[in-house]
This record gives sequence, structure tokens and C-alpha cells, in this order.
Amino acid sequence: MSEILVLVDHADGAVKKVTLELLTLARRLGEPAAVFVGQGYDNAKSILAEYGAAKVYVAADAELAEYVVAPKVAVLASLVQDRQPGGVLLPSSADGKEIAGRLAVRVGAGVITDAVDVRDGFVCEQSVFGGGTIVQSRVRSGVPIVTVRPNSAAPEAAPADAAEEQVSVTLSDADKAARITDRVEVEKGERPDLAEASIVVSGGRGVGSGENFAVIEALADALGAAVGASRAATDAGWYPHQYQVGQTGKTVSPQLYLAAGISGAIQHRAGMQTSKTIVVVNKDAEAPLFEIADFGVVGDLHQVVPQLTEEVKKRKA
Amino acid sequence: MNIVVCVKQVPDTYSERRLDPGDKTLDRASADGVINELDEYAIEESLKLAEATGGTVTVLTMGPEKATESIRKALSMGADKAVHVLDDSLHGADAVQTSAALAAALDKVGFDLVVLGSESTDARMSVVPAMLAERLGLPQLTYASKVEVDGSAITVQRQAEYGYDKVEATLPAVVSVVEKINEPRYPSFKGIMAAKKKEVANFGVGDLGLAEADLGLAGAATEVVEFTPAPPREKGVVVTDEGDGGVKIADYLASQKIL
Ligand SMILES: Cc1cc2nc3c(=O)[nH]c(=O)nc-3n(C[C@H](O)[C@H](O)[C@H](O)COP(=O)(O)OP(=O)(O)OC[C@H]3O[C@@H](n4cnc5c(N)ncnc54)[C@H](O)[C@@H]3O)c2cc1C
Ligand SMILES: Nc1ncnc2c1ncn2[C@@H]1O[C@H](COP(=O)(O)O)[C@@H](O)[C@H]1O
Repeated sequence: MSEILVLVDHADGAVKKVTLELLTLARRLGEPAAVFVGQGYDNAKSILAEYGAAKVYVAADAELAEYVVAPKVAVLASLVQDRQPGGVLLPSSADGKEIAGRLAVRVGAGVITDAVDVRDGFVCEQSVFGGGTIVQSRVRSGVPIVTVRPNSAAPEAAPADAAEEQVSVTLSDADKAARITDRVEVEKGERPDLAEASIVVSGGRGVGSGENFAVIEALADALGAAVGASRAATDAGWYPHQYQVGQTGKTVSPQLYLAAGISGAIQHRAGMQTSKTIVVVNKDAEAPLFEIADFGVVGDLHQVVPQLTEEVKKRKA
Repeated sequence: MNIVVCVKQVPDTYSERRLDPGDKTLDRASADGVINELDEYAIEESLKLAEATGGTVTVLTMGPEKATESIRKALSMGADKAVHVLDDSLHGADAVQTSAALAAALDKVGFDLVVLGSESTDARMSVVPAMLAERLGLPQLTYASKVEVDGSAITVQRQAEYGYDKVEATLPAVVSVVEKINEPRYPSFKGIMAAKKKEVANFGVGDLGLAEADLGLAGAATEVVEFTPAPPREKGVVVTDEGDGGVKIADYLASQKIL
């Protein structure tokens, strides 16, 4: 059985859920081999083993974190050349897609981004045009390189050896051309990652102001959800840009997407249409988002949302 | 500074977008074409940098005849000239091939800085800028929410989940921009008139020294096997709030085992 390389998405060894989803998908395609680049492998080891990594390639050279994207490409390219894997799976994050793209050029292969499923023979399912069309696609030359959207598979535990193998690469001058000199972290609370969250609560223009986003945040916290926003809300400066959902923002596909005060413009729908369950609160019964809602309430979000928050707290207590 | 800005024409999100049932490529002819929105921010940033450094801006587009409309719009915003990679053998190109053609065109025209949007609204791949950096062996300064050039030194803020990274490099370099970087200008009447006289050079595959066999649908490294319209979502329940809207949602979530 051929190896399927899975690039581990992590922050100092804290492994993101999407990695476990990728390992689960990789098991259908061959033998999962995780590729861990960076520091903190000790923290990651047991969870990678638990979710089925038969092998883990570890590239821990500190230099790898100093440059934009290219070092991870170098690590994967050397593994592709040496191990001839059956394919490479990466998360559909900003970095994941860029790594995949450069890797495809470097090893002479094709790349598919934003798969929502990967089946036997590396046939990939994609949801395009804002969710309107389902496409089955495949790579037909070279090793298949595929990025997969978070929440595309339910992670399943399948304990394996996670046999560790150190990898070291020599970076070329081109790999070192863009140097990271500083990392600026904006304050981030305890909420889950927007792209990965299984529940997202989003607010739009109907929220009315930046301060009023507290209503959205309170519900999100009661549900253990991430907060999202429409472009009208981010453009108004009510909520930071990186939380924007839609065509020019994030694409999310959570179990539950709850939208309050969002009309449902096509550009917004492009980023949330594939959510499993959609709940909408809007005072205008004609708001287009109701068309794709599984459950909707026509009403004032300033009444409905706080009541829901209280109700959630009560039922969870 | 000699800046090249990569501009893609995409089908307008408002028009019906579909794949051609024949060759399973994007049906570009039947939809209205517009400049990919993020590329307008790339054009704006290029114009600003050129104004600040006394440079020129060249628009680079690969696409069918129709893409000329978008080239003219970019010129009317203030770009100086344009290069249109136009060749029927490129129809159906995937990202690997598009990046090869754009890289070849960039080599031919020469540049100090390449500026792109960070994502196109049709393909939504966000890979072409990184692929160009790879092909050209240049620094990748992508997802920039701020760009500063000082002589041959370039610094950007690379937007990330946690905030941003500060990234430094030396020109020439490849930059892609995110939408919060600036506010794109509208073409002025004078700009629209002036654009009509600006030079647009057409390059074919032969001019770029690319082998035809590697290009277009036949040589693509990926293929669409089949496609189907997404099944419509089942119509849900919509109720009017009578003071118990929040409770009703909680009941619904409980019935779905979400709560
Ligand atoms: C090229 C392009 C790209 C775009 N990309 C994106 C994108 O990525 N993401 C995105 O979101 N948008 C995007 N947009 C913008 C999009 O077209 C809409 O303008 C935007 O989504 C509207 O946001 P909204 O629904 O919050 O605001 P509105 O459309 O103004 O809707 C506000 C809604 O709130 C309701 N409301 C008001 N008060 C209350 C209340 N008290 N209680 C309950 N309901 C209330 C109103 O009835 C209304 O339906 C893009 C547009 C373009 C042209
Ligand atoms: N055919 C093309 N012609 C010119 N620029 C392009 C083309 N395709 C992609 N680009 C550039 O690459 C960026 C990212 O595109 P993509 O990787 O397809 O999402 C776009 O915003 C454009 O700046």
C-alpha cells in the first residue's frame, strides 16, 4: 500500500482538527504518513498516532519557520521524490493552498484545491460557484496534490505506530527569499478557528454597531462557536476583517451556521452555502437567506438572539 | 519601478455561472465578464506604488478575446500599457499551466515587481501568486494587507489567522494583495478616453516559447471527470417571532441533536 503524505497543521505542536480529518481520509487512499514541520512535535505525537499516522516525518530545523511557505514545499518535495507517495493531502488554508501550488510546480504534478471529499483513486469532489455545482475531478499527471476543506470528514480514531523519521532539507536561496521578521498576534480569545469550527454564529448589518456584536459573541460563547460576519459588518469596522464569511472572505462548512441580521447576498452565500444546518434570524421575511434556511425566525435579532443565548445556557447547565 | 499587475477576467458572480457540458470547462462566453474584484485592489496598489516611485504599470492578462474589456478598464484606471496572452490553445488551462504562461510572459516583458489579487472569484484557488514565485525563483510576498518599498527593499504585512507576519525581501518580488489594503479608484472620464489609445501587445504561445502540447485542456494536469448541479436544499421552516423566537430555535437545535 502506498504512503499518503498528510501535512500536519499545527501551532507549536497543537494539532488542528483538520489534520485528523485528513488522516481519516488518507486511510481510504493508502497508508497515512504525517509530515510535521516546525517545533513542538512532542505535543503532537500521541494524537497523530491515535488518528492513524503509521509514520511521521519530522522536520524540526528552526530555520524552516523563518521563511514564507517555501521551506514546507522543500520538505514535501524531498519526501515526494524519495518516497514516491500515492498522494499528498493538505488543509485548504491560505498556507496549505500555497504550499500545494508550489509543490505541484516543483515536482511536476497537478493540484486540486478545496476538495470536500476524496475517494478511492484520488477522485476529488469540489463544490464550486458558491455551492451551486458539484464537480468530480482528478489529477492526471504526477502525484495527486489535494487540499481539503476543514469539516469535510468526521475524524475517526485508528491507533497506529507513528514511527518517527527525521527529515532534513537544505533550503535554496529562492526558498529563503521572503523572510519573516516579526509575528504580530492580534488578541485572540478562546473561540475556535472560524474555518474549523463546527458551529459558526455570524452577524451582519442588522447587528447595528460594533458594540452590539457582543450579542453575537455571547451566543457564540454559549454554543462554543466561532464568530463570523458579513462584509457589510466588516466594512463598517464593526468586526475585524479576518472574520468575514463569503466570496472575499472565509469559506466555512460547519455543522451549524446561524446568521443574524444578514440578508444573504450571493457573495455571502458563496462562503456558507455548504453548511450542514442553516438557521437564520432576520426581521425582514423577504431576506433571501431564508430561502436556504433549515430553520428561520422572522424577528428582531436583539430580542431573539439574547433569548436563545439564555436558553442554550439553561439547557447546557 | 517597473510593475506588472496580473488581472483576470472572471464571470460576474451575479450572472449564472456554469460549466460547458462539452469539454467541462468554465463557460466564459455566456456570462458577463468583469475584472476579478481582488485584482482591482492589485491595480490600485500598483498605481500607488508607481506614483510614489515614478514607475510604470503594465497589465498582464491571460484570457480569451473578451478579456480585452477588462484590460481596457484597468488601463482607464491609470495603468500605462498592457500585455494580453491570447491563444486558443490555452483554452482549458489549469493553474499549473496558467502560471507557466504568466511566468513566461513576465520573463519576456521584464519587471521589478509583480502584483496580483490573492484569489479569483471563479477558480478560488489562491495558488497562482505562489506558483509564480516558485517558477520565477522570487520572494513570495502574498496576502499582503500593506506594502512598503524602499529602494530595492520591500516589506509587507502578510495577513494570517492570528494577525499578520511582517515579511521582508529584495526586489524583484511577487506580491498578492487582500481586499483591506486600499480602496480602488474609479476610472475617470479622462482615464477612459486615454485608455483607448494605450498600447495592448498580444502574445501567442509561440511568442512565449511554450510548447503547445503542454498547454490547454489536453495538457492539463487536472481534469473534471463529471459535474452535476448541487441538489437544492430542502425547504426549511420559517416562523415569526412572537416573543419566543429564541426558545423555538433552541427547540429546533435540540431536535437536530445539535443542542
Ligand atoms: C465582488 C463582491 C464581493 C463580496 N464579497 C462578500 C463576502 O465575502 N462576504 C459578504 O458577506 N459579502 C460580500 N459582498 C457584499 C454582499 O453583496 C452584501 O452587500 C453583504 O453580504 C451584505 O451584508 P449584510 O447581509 O450584513 O447587510 P444587508 O444586506 O444590509 O442586510 C442586513 C439584514 O439585516 C436585517 N436586519 C436589520 N436589523 C435587524 C434586526 N434588528 N434584527 C434582525 N434582522 C435585522 C435586514 O432585514 C437585512 O436583511 C461582496 C460584494 C461584492 C460586489
Ligand atoms: N488568466 C489570468 N490572467 C492574469 N492573471 C491571473 C490569471 N489567473 C490568475 N491570475 C492572477 O492570480 C490571482 C489568483 O488567482 P487564483 O490562484 O486562480 O485564485 C488573481 O487574482 C490574478 O491576479
